[in-house]
Amino acid sequence: MHSIAVLRFPGSNCDDDARHALEDVLGASVRFVWHTDALGAVDAVIVPGGFSYGDYLRSGALAAKSPVMRDVRAFAARGGPVLGICNGFQILTEAGLLPGALARNTGLDFVCDTVSVRVERTDTPFTGCYREGQVLRLPIAHHEGRYEADAATLERLEGEGRVVLRYVDVHGERTSNPNGSAHDVAGIVNERRNVLGMMPHPERAVETLLGSTDGIGVLASLLESAAVTA
Amino acid sequence: MSRVDAVHPAPTPADRLPRGAPVPSDDAATYGLSPAEFDQVVAHLGRAPVAVEAAMFGALWSEHCGYKNSRPLLRRLPTEGPQVLQGPGENAGVVDIGDGLGVAFKMESHNHPSAVEPFQGAATGVGGILRDIFAMGARPFAILDSIRFGDLADARTRYLLSGVVQGIAGYGNAIGVPTVGGEVAFHPCYGENPLVNVMALGSLRHEDLQSGTVGAPGNVLLYVGSKTGRDGLGGAVFASADLTETSAADRPAVQVGDPFMEKLLLEACLEVIERGLVIGVQDMGAAGLTSSVAEMAHRAGRGIDLDLDRVPRREAGMSALEVMLSESQERMMLAVAPGREAELLAVLERWELDAAPIGTVADHGRFRLFEGGELVGDMPVGPLNEAPTYTRVGVEAESVRRARERDLSGVAVPADPNAVLHRLLADPTIASKRAIFRQYDHQVMTNTVVLPGAGDAAVMRVKGTRRGVAATVDCNARYVYLEPRRGAALAVAEAARNLACVGARPLGVTDNLNFGNPTVAEVYHQMVEAVEGLREACLALDTPVTGGNVSLYNQYRSGDAYVAIHPTPTVGMVGVLDDVERHAGLALRRDGDTLYLLGAGRPSLGASTYLASWHGLEAGRPPELDLVVERSLIETLHTMIAAGLVDTAHDLSDGGLAVTLAEMAIAGGRGVEVVVPSGFARRPDVALFGEAASLVVIAVRAEHDVGVREFARAAGVPIVPLGEVAGERIHIRVGEEPLALDVSVAEAAASFEATIEAALRT
Repeated sequence: MHSIAVLRFPGSNCDDDARHALEDVLGASVRFVWHTDALGAVDAVIVPGGFSYGDYLRSGALAAKSPVMRDVRAFAARGGPVLGICNGFQILTEAGLLPGALARNTGLDFVCDTVSVRVERTDTPFTGCYREGQVLRLPIAHHEGRYEADAATLERLEGEGRVVLRYVDVHGERTSNPNGSAHDVAGIVNERRNVLGMMPHPERAVETLLGSTDGIGVLASLLESAAVTA
Repeated sequence: MSRVDAVHPAPTPADRLPRGAPVPSDDAATYGLSPAEFDQVVAHLGRAPVAVEAAMFGALWSEHCGYKNSRPLLRRLPTEGPQVLQGPGENAGVVDIGDGLGVAFKMESHNHPSAVEPFQGAATGVGGILRDIFAMGARPFAILDSIRFGDLADARTRYLLSGVVQGIAGYGNAIGVPTVGGEVAFHPCYGENPLVNVMALGSLRHEDLQSGTVGAPGNVLLYVGSKTGRDGLGGAVFASADLTETSAADRPAVQVGDPFMEKLLLEACLEVIERGLVIGVQDMGAAGLTSSVAEMAHRAGRGIDLDLDRVPRREAGMSALEVMLSESQERMMLAVAPGREAELLAVLERWELDAAPIGTVADHGRFRLFEGGELVGDMPVGPLNEAPTYTRVGVEAESVRRARERDLSGVAVPADPNAVLHRLLADPTIASKRAIFRQYDHQVMTNTVVLPGAGDAAVMRVKGTRRGVAATVDCNARYVYLEPRRGAALAVAEAARNLACVGARPLGVTDNLNFGNPTVAEVYHQMVEAVEGLREACLALDTPVTGGNVSLYNQYRSGDAYVAIHPTPTVGMVGVLDDVERHAGLALRRDGDTLYLLGAGRPSLGASTYLASWHGLEAGRPPELDLVVERSLIETLHTMIAAGLVDTAHDLSDGGLAVTLAEMAIAGGRGVEVVVPSGFARRPDVALFGEAASLVVIAVRAEHDVGVREFARAAGVPIVPLGEVAGERIHIRVGEEPLALDVSVAEAAASFEATIEAALRT
C-alpha cells in the first residue's frame, strides 16, 4: 500500500478532491500533510489546487515559502515523484522546482471548462499509462494559467522533451489554447522528470458520472511508478 | 489570543442609566426609525435611548433584519412537512435527503450593495450566504445565483453585469465552492437597481445540525475571524431605503470580502462543530454584532453582557455605535460552554484565526453593553428582536390591469418564424450564459453531475451515498408583474418542473422576495398577491418554504419619479435523486430518439417573451396553471427518469416550444424533425413561441418507447409524439400550416451564443 501525501495550505481547496480520486476511486492511501508539518515517509507528493493564502501577493508565492516545501524539495532531490496541479503547479514554479511562471490568462478572466490536452511524452512517472499523442479531455479552472518562460528555457524544455502535456483541439491539432500559454504548454517536468506541474485537473476526471475518466492515467501512472521507486 | 474565562465586567445594577446623551425624538429618522417607532423604543426602555441604542433598534427594526412590512405576509407561507428538519428562523433551512443526511439551503439578496459596487456587492453576497450555511453545521457544496440587470445595450448594465459576475467568481472560486447554476435575466426595470440573489447549499449529518443560540447563562460569546472596521456601516438600513442619485455616496456601506479568511473560518467552524465544542454558531451578517448577538440571545431567551473593549478592531477611535453596527465581513459568533475553551482555541489557532471572548450569557434578558467598565447600552432582548409589523392596504395599479386585460387578437402572425427564433435565441434573458458560467469554477469538490447549461437544474452527487441533490432558482418576473398571484405560483411550478426534468423529487423552497417600496399601495398589492401565489403552489406541490429573504425598496428615485422593479419573488428549490446515476440532461443524445410533449399545459401569447421581444408588448395574462396537473407531471417525469426510461428532458419556458427544441438541439449538436399537432394552439406563432406551464419535451430511445407511453398513460399524463431527433436542422411544422420553421443547428447556436459573449467583451 502506497502512501501519497496531499499537501494542505491555508486556502487549498482541491485537497479533498485529490484524496477522493486517489483513495475512493483508485484505492490508494492518502495522508494530508499540513503546511507546517514534516512530510514524513511517503511514496509520492501531490501539491493540490486551490487558492493557497488567497493567492495574495502572487499565486503560489507564499505557499512556496512554507516549511513543508523544504521537505518536498528534499524528497524531489532524492527522485521522489511530485505532482503539482493548478495552484500546485504555481507553487512548484514559485518554489523553483520547475522553471517559468504562470501568468494571468490572456482573456483576463477566470476560465472553467473542459479542454483537450495531448500527451507529448510517456516517459515520466505521471504519463506512463497513456499513449504518446493521446488526446485527453480534462477540466481546467484557473485565472493564472498562462505558462511563461524566457526563450532559452522554452527551447530547452522542448529540446529535452519536458513539455509533457499540451493544449490542442479535439483532433489533437495545436489550434486551441484556453489561456495563451507559451508553446501551448499545459504541463512540464523538471530535468530529472520526477516533478510534474500541470494546469488541468486530472483528479476531476476520474469518474464516468462526472463526464470524463481521462485523468485517471496521471494518477494511476503515479501510483505505479511510486510502487517501482518505493 | 486572550483567555476565555477572564471575560467579565462586574455586574451592574439594572437601574443605572447608560452613559451618553439621550437622543431627541426629532432625530429618529437618523437612526432609521419613524416617530411612532421611536416612541415605542422609549416605551420599551422607559426612557429615551442613547445613540447606540437608537441605532441598534433602528437596524434590527429595519426591513432587512426585522421584516416589519413582510412578516404578516410571510406567515401565510407553508413551512412544515415531514422532510423539513429545520424551518424558518435559523441561519438556514434544512431538508432531509435520507441516509441520515440533510441539506441546508438558503437564498439572500445583495441588491443595493451590488448597485453601487458590483464586484464587492456580489462577492460579499456569496460570502454571507455561505456563512449562513456553515453556521448550521453544513459543509457548503453548491452556489446558485439569480441575477437581473437592465437593458444590455446600456454601458452601465454591462459594467454591472461583468462586475457582479466577477465578484461571484472571485469569491466562490477562491473559497472552493462550485457555482453550479442560476439564472440571468434582463429588463429595463432593473437598470439602476440590479438584483443579486445568491443561494447556497450545504450538507450535514442530522446530528450535526446547529442552532444559532447562546445556550445557558455563564456561556461565553467568542468572536472569531476578521477584525471590526468601519466598513459596511449601516448596511441594513441602507438596504432598506430607496436607491437615489446620491446612493453612490453610500459606498462605505458596502463591505469588502476576503474569501481566504472565510475559507479558514469555514474549516474551523465545521471542525469545532464536528467535535462538539460549541453550543451555537451565528454569522455576523447584516447589522453585524447587533443582530448576531441579539438573535442568538433571543433564541435562547437569555440576556447578554457584552464588553466592547474586547471586540477586535482594525481602526482606532471607533464609537460604540460603529462597533455594534459595523458589517465587516468574515466574522462569526460562537457560543461556548465553560470547560472546552482550551480545545476550541487550539482548533482556531491551527486555522490561524484570531478569537476573542467578548461577552457572557446572563439570565437578565437584557442586551447590555459595557465600555471602559461603564454601562453604555441596556435594552430588553425581546423587543429588540420583535420589530413592529405593518399591514397595509394594497391596490392594483391601473396600468397593470389594463396591460393584463389588453386584447391581443390583433397581434399579427409573423411571416418568417426563422427570424423570430433567431431573435428569441439572441434575447439576453434566453441566450446562452456560457460566457458567464465559464468564469465560475463549477467543478471544484468533484460532485457536479449536471453542469451549468446542461440541464434544467444543477445536479450534485453526494459522496459516500448513491444519492444526488438537485437545485434551481427561478422566476419569470414579467408573469409576476402582469398577474402577481399566478406569476408567483408559476415560479414555484417552474422550479419544481426543472427539478423533475433532471430526475429529482422536489423537497423544499427558499424564497427571495424582491419588491419595490412597500409603502406604495401598488407595490404592497404585488407583495400580498405574490405571497398568496407562492402559498398555493408550495402547498399543492408539497414544497414547504424553509427560509429566505425579503428585499424591499428596490426602486430608484430620481427627483419625484420612481422606477420600481418588476415584482420578483425568486424561488430557490432543492430536490433529491435516490440514484444519481439516473438523471437527465437537456441535450439531445441520439439520432432516432422519439420526441414527445409530456403534460397538459396550453401555450399562451400573453406575457410571453415572444410578445415582448418581437411585438414589443408586455401584456396579456401569463400561462394558465393547474397545480394538480403540474404535480402529476412532475411526479411522473422524475419517476420515469429514476426508472431509467428517460434521460433527456427540457421544459417549455421562455420562448416556448421552438426555443425548447432549439436549446436541446444546440446542446446536443443534433437536429429535430417535428410536426406540432394542429390544435396545440389557435395560432401557429403561439404554437411555436407561446409559453406554457406543465409541459416538458422528452427524447426517448426506441427500446423505451412503449414503456414511456404506457407509464404516462397509466399516470394520466397526456403524451403527444412530436417527431424525432434527426439531421442537422431544427425543422418544425405546425399541423398542416404552410408556415414552417427551418434553421440549421449551427446557425441557431451562433445566435444563442453571441449575445452575452459580446456584451462581456465591450
